[in-house]
Amino acid sequence: MKLLIVGCGRVGSAIASRMAADGHDVSVIDDDPEALARLPEDWPGRFVQGHALDLEVLIDAGIETADACVVATDGDNTNIVIAQVAQKRFHCPCVVTRILDPARAAFYSSLGLQTVCATSAAIETTTQAICATPGRTG
Amino acid sequence: MYILIAGGGKVGSNLAATLLKMGHEVTLLDNDRNRYAVLESRFEHVARYGDATELFVLERAGVERADLVVAVTGDDEDNIIVCQVAKEKYGVEKSIARVNDPRNQPHFDMVGINLTVSATATILALIEHELPAHELVTLLDLRRENLEIVEFAIDAGSPAAGRTVRDLNLPNGSRLISVSRAGRAEIAVGETELRPGDLVMAILEPGAEEELKRVLMPAAV
Repeated sequence: MKLLIVGCGRVGSAIASRMAADGHDVSVIDDDPEALARLPEDWPGRFVQGHALDLEVLIDAGIETADACVVATDGDNTNIVIAQVAQKRFHCPCVVTRILDPARAAFYSSLGLQTVCATSAAIETTTQAICATPGRTG
Repeated sequence: MYILIAGGGKVGSNLAATLLKMGHEVTLLDNDRNRYAVLESRFEHVARYGDATELFVLERAGVERADLVVAVTGDDEDNIIVCQVAKEKYGVEKSIARVNDPRNQPHFDMVGINLTVSATATILALIEHELPAHELVTLLDLRRENLEIVEFAIDAGSPAAGRTVRDLNLPNGSRLISVSRAGRAEIAVGETELRPGDLVMAILEPGAEEELKRVLMPAAV
């Protein structure tokens, strides 16, 4: 499978490393050249330095032939715009977007984006952990 | 009208001041603390602190009853999100967005924000108009109507020189509007004859440009 990952931070680099280790063809975009250091030393995939809102950068990184695209930069609004470009302009069959704000994640998911919201997951897990304990009186 | 402005920089604050003077109701949103302090002392309750891409900020600012949303922050992604959310979630039909980097224009178009303003694009259009090139120059892009108004010069080598508008065989989806000769413009009618040196204005559907060029301009060498 051909995979494009936008944003090589903690999330993006970890997904990239795992998918490449599983034998997938992975291409990564980040505007910071230093982000390459987050990938393994024997990184087998591509690393394209540039801003992913730049159509030429996306095309250079292989968006036109990618089977899936993960959008995980550190900006929610940037992610939302890039994800829509990947989906609507380049018709990428699978686009998964990280959105930290639960409200925007819910809204854009209703518009047809596949969103992942770590904040909602943290809220859910934390609440469940608290509710699962009997407390001092139990 | 109730107008919501996202971004209280030079553009946003001057817009707010002018719109207030015109008697409109305005809310001006900015999420920079220092800038907000300045805006608050100038505009009082009209200025609000907050990130206009946060849904609760928009809701508290009354986005649902806004007649128009204007997104003029210095960040194109923010401007896109503000306009898209206002339209798709809160049903605000009219929005105007500022394009800071002209390379982002296709992203605004893609999400259906059809009223955009870009300083770079405007200056480029002016340069195109001021430079004496015998090319088709776009004067006005009527995106909503899917039409554009263009201007071009007839030179001696033009296949249209010496012919009347009626005989030009203009492509479908195009009409000549006016012919300007020696500083005087006239509405183009069937019997108007085109002469070298004329400046002609035309209205056309995008896509008719190439054919129109073939009828009016000398073949490329």
